[in-house]
Amino acid sequence: MKKVIVGNHAVSWGVQLARAEVISAYPITPQTQIVEELSEMCADGRLPARFIKVESEHSAMAACIGASVAGVRTFTATSSQGLLLMHEMLHYAAGGRLPVVMADINRAVAPGWNIWTDQNDSLSQRDTGWIQLYCENNQEVLDTTVQSFKLAEAVDLPVMLVLDAFYLSHTSEPVDIPDQADVDTFLPKREARLKLDVNDPRAFGALSPPDMYMELRLRQQEAMEQALEVFDAVEAEWGERFGRRYGAIEPYRTEDAEIVLVTSGTVTSTARYVVDERRARGEKVGLVKIKMFRPFPTARLRRALAGIPRVAVLDRNLSPGRSGIFAEELRAALYDLEPARRPGLDGYVIGLGGRDVTPDTIGECLDRSRAALAAGRAPEREDLWVGVKP
Amino acid sequence: MRELRIHGRGGQGAVVASKLLAAALFREGKSVQAFPAFGVERRGAPVTAFLRLSDGPILLRCEVTHPDDLIVLDPTLVQAVDVTAGLKPGGSILICSERDPAGYPELAARFRVATVDAGDIAQRHGLGSRTQPIVNTAILGAFAAFSGLVSLESICAAIAEDVSYRTEANIAAAREAAAAVKSLNGEALHA
Repeated sequence: MKKVIVGNHAVSWGVQLARAEVISAYPITPQTQIVEELSEMCADGRLPARFIKVESEHSAMAACIGASVAGVRTFTATSSQGLLLMHEMLHYAAGGRLPVVMADINRAVAPGWNIWTDQNDSLSQRDTGWIQLYCENNQEVLDTTVQSFKLAEAVDLPVMLVLDAFYLSHTSEPVDIPDQADVDTFLPKREARLKLDVNDPRAFGALSPPDMYMELRLRQQEAMEQALEVFDAVEAEWGERFGRRYGAIEPYRTEDAEIVLVTSGTVTSTARYVVDERRARGEKVGLVKIKMFRPFPTARLRRALAGIPRVAVLDRNLSPGRSGIFAEELRAALYDLEPARRPGLDGYVIGLGGRDVTPDTIGECLDRSRAALAAGRAPEREDLWVGVKP
Repeated sequence: MRELRIHGRGGQGAVVASKLLAAALFREGKSVQAFPAFGVERRGAPVTAFLRLSDGPILLRCEVTHPDDLIVLDPTLVQAVDVTAGLKPGGSILICSERDPAGYPELAARFRVATVDAGDIAQRHGLGSRTQPIVNTAILGAFAAFSGLVSLESICAAIAEDVSYRTEANIAAAREAAAAVKSLNGEALHA
Protein backbone atom coordinates (compact mmCIF):
# COMPACT_ATOMS: atom_id res chain seq x y z
CA MET A 1 0.00 0.00 0.00
CA LYS A 2 1.39 3.41 -0.98
CA LYS A 3 0.46 6.43 1.12
CA VAL A 4 1.57 10.07 1.16
CA ILE A 5 2.94 10.52 4.69
CA VAL A 6 5.44 12.69 6.57
CA GLY A 7 8.79 11.24 7.64
CA ASN A 8 7.73 11.24 11.28
CA HIS A 9 4.79 8.99 10.47
CA ALA A 10 7.03 6.77 8.33
CA VAL A 11 8.85 6.07 11.61
CA SER A 12 5.57 5.42 13.45
CA TRP A 13 4.40 3.00 10.75
CA GLY A 14 7.77 1.24 10.83
CA VAL A 15 7.56 0.81 14.60
CA GLN A 16 4.01 -0.53 14.31
CA LEU A 17 5.06 -3.00 11.61
CA ALA A 18 8.00 -4.10 13.79
CA ARG A 19 5.52 -4.81 16.63
CA ALA A 20 7.45 -2.90 19.28
CA GLU A 21 6.28 -4.01 22.71
CA VAL A 22 7.30 -1.08 24.92
CA ILE A 23 7.49 2.55 23.81
CA SER A 24 8.54 5.30 26.16
CA ALA A 25 9.04 8.91 25.12
CA TYR A 26 8.91 12.57 26.00
CA PRO A 27 7.72 15.05 23.35
CA ILE A 28 10.06 17.50 21.61
CA THR A 29 9.80 19.41 18.33
CA PRO A 30 10.23 18.20 15.58
CA GLN A 31 9.93 14.61 16.79
CA THR A 32 6.58 14.80 18.63
CA GLN A 33 4.46 13.54 15.73
CA ILE A 34 6.25 10.15 15.89
CA VAL A 35 5.20 9.32 19.42
CA GLU A 36 1.87 11.14 19.11
CA GLU A 37 0.93 8.73 16.31
CA LEU A 38 2.36 5.75 18.22
CA SER A 39 0.38 6.65 21.35
CA GLU A 40 -2.78 6.70 19.22
CA MET A 41 -1.83 3.33 17.70
CA CYS A 42 -1.40 1.95 21.23
CA ALA A 43 -4.65 3.53 22.45
CA ASP A 44 -6.84 2.21 19.65
CA GLY A 45 -5.30 -1.24 19.60
CA ARG A 46 -3.51 -1.13 16.24
CA LEU A 47 -0.27 -1.64 18.18
CA PRO A 48 -0.69 -3.75 21.32
CA ALA A 49 2.32 -2.18 23.05
CA ARG A 50 2.77 -0.55 26.44
CA PHE A 51 3.22 3.21 26.03
CA ILE A 52 5.03 4.67 29.05
CA LYS A 53 4.73 8.42 29.56
CA VAL A 54 7.66 9.88 31.46
CA GLU A 55 8.83 13.24 32.77
CA SER A 56 12.06 13.54 30.76
CA GLU A 57 14.12 12.00 27.98
CA HIS A 58 16.55 10.60 30.53
CA SER A 59 13.63 8.66 32.04
CA ALA A 60 12.37 7.64 28.59
CA MET A 61 15.67 5.94 27.82
CA ALA A 62 15.80 4.46 31.33
CA ALA A 63 12.34 2.94 30.77
CA CYS A 64 13.46 1.51 27.41
CA ILE A 65 16.53 0.04 29.07
CA GLY A 66 14.47 -1.61 31.79
CA ALA A 67 12.03 -3.08 29.29
CA SER A 68 14.83 -4.21 27.01
CA VAL A 69 16.59 -6.04 29.85
CA ALA A 70 13.30 -7.83 30.44
CA GLY A 71 13.58 -9.13 26.88
CA VAL A 72 11.02 -7.10 24.94
CA ARG A 73 11.34 -4.97 21.79
CA THR A 74 11.58 -1.28 22.73
CA PHE A 75 11.49 2.05 20.94
CA THR A 76 11.81 5.75 21.66
CA ALA A 77 12.27 8.93 19.66
CA THR A 78 13.81 12.28 20.43
CA SER A 79 15.68 15.28 19.11
CA SER A 80 18.39 17.77 20.00
CA GLN A 81 18.24 18.83 23.69
CA GLY A 82 16.23 15.69 24.46
CA LEU A 83 18.93 13.47 23.02
CA LEU A 84 21.58 15.36 24.98
CA LEU A 85 19.62 14.83 28.21
CA MET A 86 19.67 11.08 27.44
CA HIS A 87 23.44 11.01 27.06
CA GLU A 88 24.24 9.05 30.23
CA MET A 89 21.55 6.48 29.46
CA LEU A 90 22.80 6.07 25.87
CA HIS A 91 26.06 4.69 27.24
CA TYR A 92 24.05 2.42 29.52
CA ALA A 93 21.98 0.94 26.68
CA ALA A 94 25.07 0.29 24.57
CA GLY A 95 27.33 -0.98 27.36
CA GLY A 96 24.43 -3.13 28.61
CA ARG A 97 24.23 -4.58 25.07
CA LEU A 98 20.53 -3.75 24.78
CA PRO A 99 18.93 -3.60 21.33
CA VAL A 100 16.88 -0.45 21.93
CA VAL A 101 15.89 1.35 18.72
CA MET A 102 15.56 5.13 18.69
CA ALA A 103 14.71 7.68 16.04
CA ASP A 104 16.57 10.97 16.33
CA ILE A 105 15.31 13.89 14.31
CA ASN A 106 18.43 15.92 13.59
CA ARG A 107 17.83 19.34 15.16
CA ALA A 108 20.37 22.00 16.03
CA VAL A 109 21.64 22.27 19.58
CA ALA A 110 20.92 25.47 21.55
CA PRO A 111 21.87 28.20 22.12
CA GLY A 112 21.03 29.97 19.81
CA TRP A 113 17.64 28.39 20.20
CA ASN A 114 16.76 26.63 16.97
CA ILE A 115 14.39 23.83 15.95
CA TRP A 116 15.81 23.29 12.46
CA THR A 117 17.99 20.57 11.02
CA ASP A 118 21.65 20.14 11.94
CA GLN A 119 23.57 16.94 12.74
CA ASN A 120 25.37 18.04 15.89
CA ASP A 121 22.88 16.37 18.24
CA SER A 122 23.41 12.83 16.92
CA LEU A 123 27.09 13.25 16.04
CA SER A 124 27.90 14.44 19.56
CA GLN A 125 26.67 10.99 20.68
CA ARG A 126 29.30 9.37 18.45
CA ASP A 127 31.19 7.60 21.23
CA THR A 128 28.19 6.24 23.16
CA GLY A 129 28.33 2.90 21.32
CA TRP A 130 25.14 3.27 19.29
CA ILE A 131 24.91 2.17 15.67
CA GLN A 132 23.93 5.27 13.65
CA LEU A 133 22.05 5.17 10.33
CA TYR A 134 21.26 8.38 8.39
CA CYS A 135 18.29 8.47 5.98
CA GLU A 136 17.69 10.32 2.73
CA ASN A 137 13.92 10.01 2.03
CA ASN A 138 10.75 8.84 3.76
CA GLN A 139 10.80 5.39 2.13
CA GLU A 140 14.30 4.83 3.47
CA VAL A 141 13.07 6.04 6.87
CA LEU A 142 10.33 3.42 7.04
CA ASP A 143 12.53 0.62 5.71
CA THR A 144 15.39 1.52 8.07
CA THR A 145 13.06 1.67 11.07
CA VAL A 146 12.00 -1.96 10.63
CA GLN A 147 15.51 -3.13 9.70
CA SER A 148 16.98 -1.41 12.78
CA PHE A 149 15.21 -3.81 15.14
CA LYS A 150 16.56 -6.84 13.27
CA LEU A 151 20.07 -5.42 13.20
CA ALA A 152 20.01 -4.35 16.86
CA GLU A 153 18.73 -7.70 18.09
CA ALA A 154 21.24 -9.66 15.96
CA VAL A 155 24.29 -7.92 17.47
CA ASP A 156 22.87 -6.86 20.86
CA LEU A 157 23.55 -3.19 20.27
CA PRO A 158 21.23 -0.17 20.20
CA VAL A 159 20.46 1.54 16.89
CA MET A 160 19.80 5.22 16.29
CA LEU A 161 18.12 5.98 12.99
CA VAL A 162 18.56 9.58 12.06
CA LEU A 163 16.47 11.86 9.86
CA ASP A 164 16.61 15.56 9.07
CA ALA A 165 14.25 17.90 10.86
CA PHE A 166 11.49 19.15 8.56
CA TYR A 167 13.16 18.16 5.25
CA LEU A 168 12.08 14.63 6.21
CA SER A 169 10.20 14.82 9.51
CA HIS A 170 7.49 17.18 8.20
CA THR A 171 7.72 16.48 4.46
CA SER A 172 4.88 14.51 2.88
CA GLU A 173 5.78 12.09 0.11
CA PRO A 174 4.63 8.67 -1.11
CA VAL A 175 5.83 5.72 0.96
CA ASP A 176 5.25 2.07 0.16
CA ILE A 177 4.05 0.49 3.40
CA PRO A 178 4.73 -3.28 3.41
CA ASP A 179 2.16 -5.85 4.48
CA GLN A 180 2.26 -6.86 8.13
CA ALA A 181 2.46 -10.56 7.27
CA ASP A 182 5.59 -10.00 5.16
CA VAL A 183 7.23 -7.93 7.90
CA ASP A 184 6.35 -10.61 10.48
CA THR A 185 8.27 -13.18 8.43
CA PHE A 186 11.23 -10.80 8.13
CA LEU A 187 11.19 -9.83 11.81
CA PRO A 188 9.86 -12.46 14.23
CA LYS A 189 9.30 -11.70 17.91
CA ARG A 190 12.47 -10.80 19.81
CA GLU A 191 14.23 -13.74 21.47
CA ALA A 192 16.62 -12.21 24.01
CA ARG A 193 19.70 -14.33 24.70
CA LEU A 194 19.71 -13.14 28.33
CA LYS A 195 16.92 -11.39 30.19
CA LEU A 196 15.52 -10.52 33.59
CA ASP A 197 13.47 -13.58 34.48
CA VAL A 198 12.21 -14.39 37.97
CA ASN A 199 12.38 -18.10 37.16
CA ASP A 200 16.00 -17.86 36.05
CA PRO A 201 17.53 -15.16 38.24
CA ARG A 202 20.66 -13.35 37.08
CA ALA A 203 22.38 -10.11 37.99
CA PHE A 204 22.71 -7.38 35.36
CA GLY A 205 24.93 -4.32 35.56
CA ALA A 206 27.16 -5.71 38.30
CA LEU A 207 30.50 -4.16 39.23
CA SER A 208 33.08 -4.73 36.49
CA PRO A 209 36.50 -4.26 38.03
CA PRO A 210 39.72 -3.70 36.05
CA ASP A 211 40.19 -7.42 35.44
CA MET A 212 36.82 -7.58 33.60
CA TYR A 213 35.96 -4.20 32.11
CA MET A 214 38.40 -4.23 29.21
CA GLU A 215 37.09 -7.52 27.81
CA LEU A 216 33.54 -6.17 27.96
CA ARG A 217 34.67 -3.21 25.86
CA LEU A 218 36.48 -5.49 23.42
CA ARG A 219 33.29 -7.52 22.92
CA GLN A 220 31.35 -4.33 22.37
CA GLN A 221 33.88 -3.32 19.73
CA GLU A 222 33.69 -6.76 18.07
CA ALA A 223 29.89 -6.53 17.98
CA MET A 224 30.19 -3.12 16.34
CA GLU A 225 32.53 -4.51 13.69
CA GLN A 226 30.16 -7.41 13.11
CA ALA A 227 27.26 -4.96 12.70
CA LEU A 228 28.45 -3.92 9.23
CA GLU A 229 28.19 -7.46 7.80
CA VAL A 230 24.94 -8.09 9.66
CA PHE A 231 23.53 -4.86 8.22
CA ASP A 232 24.39 -6.17 4.73
CA ALA A 233 22.57 -9.44 5.45
CA VAL A 234 19.54 -7.62 6.87
CA GLU A 235 19.41 -5.37 3.81
CA ALA A 236 19.84 -8.32 1.45
CA GLU A 237 16.87 -10.09 3.00
CA TRP A 238 14.80 -6.88 2.95
CA GLY A 239 15.79 -6.34 -0.67
CA GLU A 240 14.65 -9.83 -1.65
CA ARG A 241 11.29 -9.36 0.01
CA PHE A 242 10.57 -5.73 -0.73
CA GLY A 243 12.89 -4.78 -3.60
CA ARG A 244 14.76 -1.92 -1.92
CA ARG A 245 18.39 -1.67 -0.73
CA TYR A 246 20.43 1.35 0.31
CA GLY A 247 23.90 0.19 1.42
CA ALA A 248 26.06 1.26 4.37
CA ILE A 249 27.63 3.58 1.80
CA GLU A 250 26.43 4.20 -1.74
CA PRO A 251 28.71 5.44 -4.53
CA TYR A 252 26.70 7.35 -7.16
CA ARG A 253 28.19 8.11 -10.59
CA THR A 254 31.75 7.95 -9.24
CA GLU A 255 33.17 6.16 -12.30
CA ASP A 256 36.06 8.26 -13.75
CA ALA A 257 35.09 11.11 -11.38
CA GLU A 258 37.61 13.87 -10.65
CA ILE A 259 35.62 15.28 -7.75
CA VAL A 260 33.43 13.21 -5.45
CA LEU A 261 31.04 14.73 -2.92
CA VAL A 262 30.61 12.88 0.36
CA THR A 263 27.14 13.40 1.80
CA SER A 264 24.65 12.23 4.40
CA GLY A 265 20.96 12.86 5.11
CA THR A 266 18.77 14.85 2.70
CA VAL A 267 21.75 16.79 1.35
CA THR A 268 22.48 13.56 -0.54
CA SER A 269 19.24 13.86 -2.49
CA THR A 270 19.84 17.45 -3.59
CA ALA A 271 23.47 16.51 -4.36
CA ARG A 272 22.27 13.73 -6.71
CA TYR A 273 20.36 16.42 -8.62
CA VAL A 274 23.51 18.55 -8.86
CA VAL A 275 25.65 15.57 -9.93
CA ASP A 276 23.14 14.66 -12.67
CA GLU A 277 23.11 18.27 -13.91
CA ARG A 278 26.90 18.55 -13.96
CA ARG A 279 27.35 15.14 -15.60
CA ALA A 280 24.94 16.28 -18.32
CA ARG A 281 27.37 19.19 -18.91
CA GLY A 282 30.29 16.76 -19.12
CA GLU A 283 31.77 17.45 -15.69
CA LYS A 284 33.31 14.40 -14.08
CA VAL A 285 31.66 14.50 -10.66
CA GLY A 286 29.97 11.93 -8.45
CA LEU A 287 29.03 11.37 -4.85
CA VAL A 288 29.34 8.85 -2.06
CA LYS A 289 26.48 8.73 0.43
CA ILE A 290 27.31 7.65 3.95
CA LYS A 291 24.31 5.98 5.57
CA MET A 292 26.14 4.18 8.34
CA PHE A 293 28.21 6.47 10.55
CA ARG A 294 28.77 3.96 13.38
CA PRO A 295 30.31 1.50 12.88
CA PHE A 296 32.25 3.68 10.43
CA PRO A 297 32.62 1.75 7.14
CA THR A 298 36.29 2.66 6.85
CA ALA A 299 37.46 -0.04 4.44
CA ARG A 300 34.54 0.54 2.06
CA LEU A 301 35.10 4.27 2.01
CA ARG A 302 38.80 3.74 1.29
CA ARG A 303 37.92 1.50 -1.66
CA ALA A 304 35.28 3.94 -2.94
CA LEU A 305 37.54 7.00 -2.74
CA ALA A 306 41.08 5.64 -3.44
CA GLY A 307 42.52 7.29 -6.52
CA ILE A 308 39.85 10.01 -6.73
CA PRO A 309 41.76 13.29 -7.22
CA ARG A 310 39.55 15.42 -4.93
CA VAL A 311 36.90 14.69 -2.33
CA ALA A 312 34.46 17.38 -1.13
CA VAL A 313 32.82 16.45 2.17
CA LEU A 314 29.55 18.24 2.96
CA ASP A 315 29.03 18.56 6.71
CA ARG A 316 25.83 19.93 8.25
CA ASN A 317 27.59 19.93 11.61
CA LEU A 318 30.69 21.29 13.28
CA SER A 319 33.18 20.13 15.87
CA PRO A 320 34.19 23.57 17.15
CA GLY A 321 37.94 23.98 17.11
CA ARG A 322 38.34 21.38 14.36
CA SER A 323 36.08 20.95 11.32
CA GLY A 324 33.00 19.16 10.04
CA ILE A 325 32.76 15.77 11.69
CA PHE A 326 32.34 13.59 8.59
CA ALA A 327 35.39 15.35 7.11
CA GLU A 328 37.37 14.65 10.25
CA GLU A 329 36.42 10.97 10.17
CA LEU A 330 37.28 10.69 6.48
CA ARG A 331 40.70 12.31 6.86
CA ALA A 332 41.49 9.63 9.45
CA ALA A 333 40.04 6.84 7.27
CA LEU A 334 41.99 7.86 4.17
CA TYR A 335 45.31 8.49 5.93
CA ASP A 336 46.52 4.92 5.46
CA LEU A 337 46.09 4.97 1.66
CA GLU A 338 49.36 5.14 -0.21
CA PRO A 339 50.03 8.83 -0.94
CA ALA A 340 49.61 8.49 -4.73
CA ARG A 341 46.07 7.17 -4.26
CA ARG A 342 45.06 9.43 -1.37
CA PRO A 343 42.52 12.09 -2.44
CA GLY A 344 42.83 15.76 -1.62
CA LEU A 345 40.03 16.51 0.82
CA ASP A 346 37.99 19.70 1.17
CA GLY A 347 35.74 19.82 4.24
CA TYR A 348 32.75 22.11 3.68
CA VAL A 349 30.57 23.32 6.54
CA ILE A 350 27.07 24.08 5.21
CA GLY A 351 23.42 24.32 6.24
CA LEU A 352 23.91 24.70 10.01
CA GLY A 353 20.77 25.31 12.06
CA GLY A 354 18.55 24.49 9.09
CA ARG A 355 20.01 27.02 6.63
CA ASP A 356 18.70 25.86 3.26
CA VAL A 357 21.15 23.74 1.24
CA THR A 358 20.26 24.43 -2.39
CA PRO A 359 21.81 23.20 -5.64
CA ASP A 360 23.71 26.53 -5.65
CA THR A 361 25.23 25.78 -2.23
CA ILE A 362 26.47 22.39 -3.42
CA GLY A 363 27.55 23.85 -6.76
CA GLU A 364 29.73 26.39 -4.98
CA CYS A 365 31.47 23.60 -3.04
CA LEU A 366 32.12 21.73 -6.30
CA ASP A 367 33.43 24.86 -8.01
CA ARG A 368 35.82 25.67 -5.17
CA SER A 369 37.16 22.11 -5.14
CA ARG A 370 37.53 22.17 -8.92
CA ALA A 371 39.56 25.39 -8.77
CA ALA A 372 41.76 24.01 -5.98
CA LEU A 373 42.32 20.79 -7.94
CA ALA A 374 43.20 22.68 -11.13
CA ALA A 375 45.70 24.84 -9.24
CA GLY A 376 47.11 21.82 -7.37
CA ARG A 377 46.32 23.63 -4.11
CA ALA A 378 45.88 21.96 -0.74
CA PRO A 379 42.81 23.25 1.15
CA GLU A 380 43.66 26.44 3.02
CA ARG A 381 41.70 25.30 6.07
CA GLU A 382 40.13 22.11 7.43
CA ASP A 383 36.76 23.92 7.63
CA LEU A 384 35.55 25.71 4.50
CA TRP A 385 32.31 27.59 5.21
CA VAL A 386 29.81 28.01 2.37
CA GLY A 387 26.58 30.01 2.47
CA VAL A 388 27.64 32.34 5.30
CA LYS A 389 26.47 35.96 5.25
CA PRO A 390 29.27 38.49 4.82
CA MET B 1 8.86 19.33 -12.43
CA ARG B 2 6.38 21.95 -11.28
CA GLU B 3 6.68 23.90 -8.03
CA LEU B 4 3.96 25.59 -5.98
CA ARG B 5 3.95 27.88 -2.99
CA ILE B 6 1.00 28.36 -0.66
CA HIS B 7 0.74 31.48 1.51
CA GLY B 8 -1.65 31.57 4.44
CA ARG B 9 -2.01 32.61 8.03
CA GLY B 10 -1.59 30.21 10.94
CA GLY B 11 -4.93 28.44 11.44
CA GLN B 12 -6.21 28.73 7.86
CA GLY B 13 -4.92 25.33 6.89
CA ALA B 14 -2.10 26.11 4.44
CA VAL B 15 -0.02 23.12 5.51
CA VAL B 16 -3.00 20.75 5.37
CA ALA B 17 -3.85 22.20 1.94
CA SER B 18 -0.36 21.28 0.71
CA LYS B 19 -0.75 17.73 2.06
CA LEU B 20 -4.22 17.26 0.55
CA LEU B 21 -3.06 18.57 -2.80
CA ALA B 22 -0.09 16.18 -2.68
CA ALA B 23 -2.40 13.27 -1.88
CA ALA B 24 -4.73 14.25 -4.75
CA LEU B 25 -1.86 14.52 -7.24
CA PHE B 26 -0.44 11.21 -6.03
CA ARG B 27 -3.81 9.60 -6.83
CA GLU B 28 -3.25 10.72 -10.42
CA GLY B 29 0.14 9.01 -10.57
CA LYS B 30 2.40 12.01 -9.94
CA SER B 31 5.52 12.06 -7.79
CA VAL B 32 4.86 14.60 -5.04
CA GLN B 33 6.61 16.30 -2.17
CA ALA B 34 4.84 18.74 0.18
CA PHE B 35 6.29 20.54 3.16
CA PRO B 36 5.79 23.63 5.30
CA ALA B 37 8.26 26.52 5.46
CA PHE B 38 9.59 25.55 8.76
CA GLY B 39 8.81 28.22 11.29
CA VAL B 40 7.39 28.45 14.74
CA GLU B 41 3.80 28.93 13.59
CA ARG B 42 1.30 30.95 15.56
CA ARG B 43 -2.35 31.57 14.79
CA GLY B 44 -2.66 34.53 12.44
CA ALA B 45 1.05 34.80 11.54
CA PRO B 46 2.02 34.44 7.87
CA VAL B 47 2.88 30.83 7.01
CA THR B 48 4.11 29.21 3.81
CA ALA B 49 3.93 25.70 2.43
CA PHE B 50 5.52 24.20 -0.67
CA LEU B 51 4.69 21.47 -3.11
CA ARG B 52 6.63 19.83 -5.92
CA LEU B 53 5.12 17.52 -8.49
CA SER B 54 6.76 15.60 -11.27
CA ASP B 55 6.36 12.60 -13.53
CA GLY B 56 9.75 11.31 -12.33
CA PRO B 57 11.51 11.08 -8.96
CA ILE B 58 11.88 14.35 -7.00
CA LEU B 59 15.43 14.79 -5.73
CA LEU B 60 15.48 18.42 -4.59
CA ARG B 61 15.18 18.82 -0.82
CA CYS B 62 15.28 22.55 -0.31
CA GLU B 63 12.73 25.35 -0.25
CA VAL B 64 10.89 26.41 -3.40
CA THR B 65 12.27 29.82 -4.39
CA HIS B 66 10.99 30.05 -8.00
CA PRO B 67 7.44 28.67 -7.99
CA ASP B 68 5.31 28.16 -11.09
CA ASP B 69 2.06 28.66 -9.17
CA LEU B 70 0.92 30.46 -6.03
CA ILE B 71 -2.10 29.94 -3.80
CA VAL B 72 -2.84 32.80 -1.39
CA LEU B 73 -5.30 31.94 1.39
CA ASP B 74 -5.67 35.46 2.81
CA PRO B 75 -6.07 38.59 0.66
CA THR B 76 -4.31 40.78 3.23
CA LEU B 77 -1.12 38.83 2.61
CA VAL B 78 -0.84 40.35 -0.85
CA GLN B 79 0.18 43.61 0.83
CA ALA B 80 1.75 42.14 3.97
CA VAL B 81 4.39 39.89 2.39
CA ASP B 82 6.09 39.74 -0.98
CA VAL B 83 3.95 36.85 -2.15
CA THR B 84 5.18 36.98 -5.75
CA ALA B 85 8.88 36.78 -4.80
CA GLY B 86 10.54 34.49 -7.31
CA LEU B 87 7.28 33.63 -9.11
CA LYS B 88 8.12 32.72 -12.69
CA PRO B 89 6.98 35.22 -15.36
CA GLY B 90 3.52 34.18 -16.55
CA GLY B 91 3.04 32.08 -13.43
CA SER B 92 -0.37 31.73 -11.83
CA ILE B 93 -1.80 33.21 -8.63
CA LEU B 94 -5.02 32.02 -7.05
CA ILE B 95 -6.18 34.42 -4.30
CA CYS B 96 -8.86 33.81 -1.74
CA SER B 97 -10.58 37.18 -2.08
CA GLU B 98 -13.92 38.92 -2.41
CA ARG B 99 -12.54 40.94 -5.32
CA ASP B 100 -12.57 39.94 -8.98
CA PRO B 101 -9.17 39.28 -10.60
CA ALA B 102 -9.47 42.74 -12.20
CA GLY B 103 -9.11 44.10 -8.67
CA TYR B 104 -5.43 43.08 -8.80
CA PRO B 105 -4.25 45.01 -11.89
CA GLU B 106 -0.55 45.06 -10.92
CA LEU B 107 -0.47 41.31 -10.48
CA ALA B 108 -2.64 40.68 -13.53
CA ALA B 109 -0.16 42.60 -15.71
CA ARG B 110 2.57 40.07 -15.00
CA PHE B 111 0.83 36.87 -13.98
CA ARG B 112 -2.33 34.80 -14.51
CA VAL B 113 -4.63 35.81 -11.67
CA ALA B 114 -7.75 34.08 -10.39
CA THR B 115 -9.85 34.74 -7.31
CA VAL B 116 -12.48 32.93 -5.31
CA ASP B 117 -14.33 34.05 -2.18
CA ALA B 118 -13.38 30.89 -0.32
CA GLY B 119 -13.90 32.59 3.04
CA ASP B 120 -17.59 33.11 2.30
CA ILE B 121 -17.95 29.58 0.94
CA ALA B 122 -16.19 28.01 3.94
CA GLN B 123 -18.35 30.02 6.33
CA ARG B 124 -21.57 28.96 4.67
CA HIS B 125 -20.45 25.33 4.99
CA GLY B 126 -19.70 25.82 8.68
CA LEU B 127 -15.91 25.45 8.32
CA GLY B 128 -14.11 27.47 10.98
CA SER B 129 -15.65 30.58 12.51
CA ARG B 130 -17.06 33.78 11.01
CA THR B 131 -13.85 35.68 11.76
CA GLN B 132 -11.56 32.73 10.97
CA PRO B 133 -13.00 30.55 8.24
CA ILE B 134 -10.90 27.50 7.33
CA VAL B 135 -10.53 27.96 3.60
CA ASN B 136 -8.07 25.24 2.65
CA THR B 137 -10.45 22.67 1.17
CA ALA B 138 -12.48 25.29 -0.70
CA ILE B 139 -9.40 26.85 -2.26
CA LEU B 140 -8.21 23.43 -3.46
CA GLY B 141 -11.47 22.98 -5.35
CA ALA B 142 -10.89 26.36 -6.96
CA PHE B 143 -7.28 25.43 -7.71
CA ALA B 144 -8.37 22.24 -9.49
CA ALA B 145 -10.71 24.26 -11.70
CA PHE B 146 -8.29 27.12 -12.38
CA SER B 147 -5.04 25.23 -12.85
CA GLY B 148 -6.19 22.04 -14.56
CA LEU B 149 -3.22 20.37 -12.84
CA VAL B 150 -5.43 18.06 -10.83
CA SER B 151 -9.05 16.97 -11.12
CA LEU B 152 -11.75 18.12 -8.72
CA GLU B 153 -12.62 14.46 -8.20
CA SER B 154 -9.10 13.68 -6.95
CA ILE B 155 -9.27 16.65 -4.57
CA CYS B 156 -12.60 15.39 -3.21
CA ALA B 157 -11.25 11.84 -2.89
CA ALA B 158 -8.21 13.10 -0.96
CA ILE B 159 -10.49 15.08 1.38
CA ALA B 160 -12.69 12.00 1.86
CA GLU B 161 -9.66 9.93 2.83
CA ASP B 162 -7.67 12.36 4.95
CA VAL B 163 -10.14 14.86 6.48
CA SER B 164 -12.03 13.18 9.30
CA TYR B 165 -13.79 16.32 10.64
CA ARG B 166 -16.86 17.57 8.70
CA THR B 167 -15.78 15.60 5.65
CA GLU B 168 -18.95 16.16 3.61
CA ALA B 169 -18.97 19.92 4.29
CA ASN B 170 -15.35 20.17 3.17
CA ILE B 171 -16.10 18.30 -0.05
CA ALA B 172 -19.15 20.47 -0.71
CA ALA B 173 -17.06 23.62 -0.16
CA ALA B 174 -14.42 22.38 -2.63
CA ARG B 175 -17.08 21.70 -5.25
CA GLU B 176 -18.75 25.08 -4.77
CA ALA B 177 -15.42 26.93 -4.99
CA ALA B 178 -14.54 25.05 -8.18
CA ALA B 179 -17.67 26.45 -9.77
CA ALA B 180 -17.17 29.94 -8.33
CA VAL B 181 -13.52 30.65 -9.22
CA LYS B 182 -13.06 33.67 -11.50
CA SER B 183 -10.18 34.39 -13.81
CA LEU B 184 -9.53 37.26 -16.20
CA ASN B 185 -11.33 36.59 -19.50
CA GLY B 186 -12.12 33.13 -18.18
CA GLU B 187 -8.60 32.00 -19.16
CA ALA B 188 -7.29 28.62 -18.09
CA LEU B 189 -10.53 27.49 -16.52
CA HIS B 190 -10.60 23.75 -16.89
CA ALA B 191 -13.61 22.89 -14.76
